Amino acid sequence: MKSRLSPEGGPVTDIAMKQAPLGAETAQRASALASFKLGDRTFYWLTRSAAMGVLLLLGGIIVTLFSGAWPAMQAYGLEFLWTSRWAPQLEPQPILGALGPIYGTLLTAFIAMAIATPVGIGVAIFLTELCPVTLRRPIGMAIELLAGIPSIIYGMWGFFVLAPFLTNHFQPAMISLFEGVPVLGTIFAGPPSYLSLFNASLVLAIMVLPFITAIARDVFATVPPMLKESAYGLGCTTWEVMKNVVIPYTRVGLIGGVMLGLGRALGETMAVTFVIGNSFRINGSVFAPGTTISAAIASEFAESDGVHQSALILLGLLLFVLTFFVLAAARLMLRRLERRAGG
Amino acid sequence: MNALYASRRRRDFSIRVLCYAATALGLIWLALILFSLFSNGVAGLSWDVFTKMTPPPGTTDGGLANAIFGSVAMTSLGVAIGAPLGMLAGVYLAEYGRYEKLSDVVRFINDILLSAPSIIIGLFVYMAVVKPTGGFSGYAGALALAVIVVPVVVRTTEDMLLLVPNTLREAASALGLPRSLVIKRIALRAARAGVITGVLLATARVAGETAPLLFTSLSNQFWSVNMGKAMANLPVTINAFVQSPYETWRQLAWTGALLITLAVLTLNIVARVLGAERTQK
Repeated sequence: MKSRLSPEGGPVTDIAMKQAPLGAETAQRASALASFKLGDRTFYWLTRSAAMGVLLLLGGIIVTLFSGAWPAMQAYGLEFLWTSRWAPQLEPQPILGALGPIYGTLLTAFIAMAIATPVGIGVAIFLTELCPVTLRRPIGMAIELLAGIPSIIYGMWGFFVLAPFLTNHFQPAMISLFEGVPVLGTIFAGPPSYLSLFNASLVLAIMVLPFITAIARDVFATVPPMLKESAYGLGCTTWEVMKNVVIPYTRVGLIGGVMLGLGRALGETMAVTFVIGNSFRINGSVFAPGTTISAAIASEFAESDGVHQSALILLGLLLFVLTFFVLAAARLMLRRLERRAGG
Repeated sequence: MNALYASRRRRDFSIRVLCYAATALGLIWLALILFSLFSNGVAGLSWDVFTKMTPPPGTTDGGLANAIFGSVAMTSLGVAIGAPLGMLAGVYLAEYGRYEKLSDVVRFINDILLSAPSIIIGLFVYMAVVKPTGGFSGYAGALALAVIVVPVVVRTTEDMLLLVPNTLREAASALGLPRSLVIKRIALRAARAGVITGVLLATARVAGETAPLLFTSLSNQFWSVNMGKAMANLPVTINAFVQSPYETWRQLAWTGALLITLAVLTLNIVARVLGAERTQK
């Protein structure tokens, strides 16, 4: 319902004041009304400028990153995007290219999403359809707690616990399994390494899983119960209800949720920095060390200067633009579903 | 006909099993992470952790006192700056500009900032604050955290104010209360628990943030209450100690990680309990 109050409170008219004779009481009343009016104005402009501040924040981020990246843009131009060499120490002019980090960012995010999406949606299906009501809250809360754990804890756990396990058990098995197979043999080529794109992807997958689950669950909750019940009434199995009713109804929202997870995976820093190895060389194998944009910035920025620093900021700008579009698409999709659910 | 029926049931059964497995996987991960945090972190818990400074290079003995203090100081300052700004913006979106085009834009941008990579915020504050002022500082770290707090608080404040029934506002207006007081005394008070929940969640979110602090507050191995200088903090200390060659340093990293996780989980649980109480009323 639209509120009829005007933004600034509108002109304050007081019938009592007009009728009363001039006197101390009237003056007091007038001053009280004036202070109300002033308070109204101030509060309105205060909140309005805070809201504008959010826009300024985004503008500020873009402008400062752009100005910081300008020297590198001038030095390398568009070639920056497809140069794979990263040699900041080279004299007189360092050779810097973004291909390695871009490759690592996209690859780790892709593998992470390929693992986390089915698992996350599976958990959401479990929570909405299969779980006994008494367990629904505790399990949902546990998954949400998983989302609350700071990313450096994931990174550290990945470094001390997960990476050694994967490297000693999982990687050798995969390498010997696919040895000699044409394409897969290259993707899963040895030797096993503690610091690898694959280990980083798995840590990322564990990190984005709760985000995907949380959104998928919320999105599933928007399906009108009548639709599901009619399908069940026709004799559908749980899976058939999910496949033919719930998932088609929520498709836009689900894709939005997955893209939101993708946005996280692309920009995540601390969860990958420890286990990725910070190597700018592109090697076809997922078990080889690599780097991502954020990991490169995290490990090199503090000791960088000049054009090297500017190139790192340019990498940051690229990452920001990339995630901006992914997140914008995700939000638009989620909003479409929201609107349908609301009206 | 029977074969079809059986195959439908088989498929349904296998999908169910997969869903159970997925949930088990998610819970096992949580259990494994908490287990290794506790088993490794508790061993290093002692008074030294809270009273001694982080060990300088070459030595092995020390605690996390300066890092804990720095983290608490920067997180509180960050929330103290970011939360009021976020609340004001949230009030505008929900109360004044609810149907404006402009608010739609602000909402959209806010949602994007909400999940923007935190390392970008670090770069932004480095360029905007650290470079012009000439050095790493606790204030820069707190500002970076504030930038992360703002969108979270904007979102929750707006959502909570939208839940307040309009009749409440209309009743107050009918009694002659000016608009700003309707918002402050009626709407915000009705939404108080939810707004506090949002601030707590924002605090939990920034308490463990590492990436934006790496090159804003940096770190410091001494006791320092001067926020104008580089300042130690738990996440960056953990980041440095994880890859160190000394066993004791790694132990400190585990202990620090345990402390952060406990703090963050406690904040999360308190926030959720508060939020749940509100919905039950």
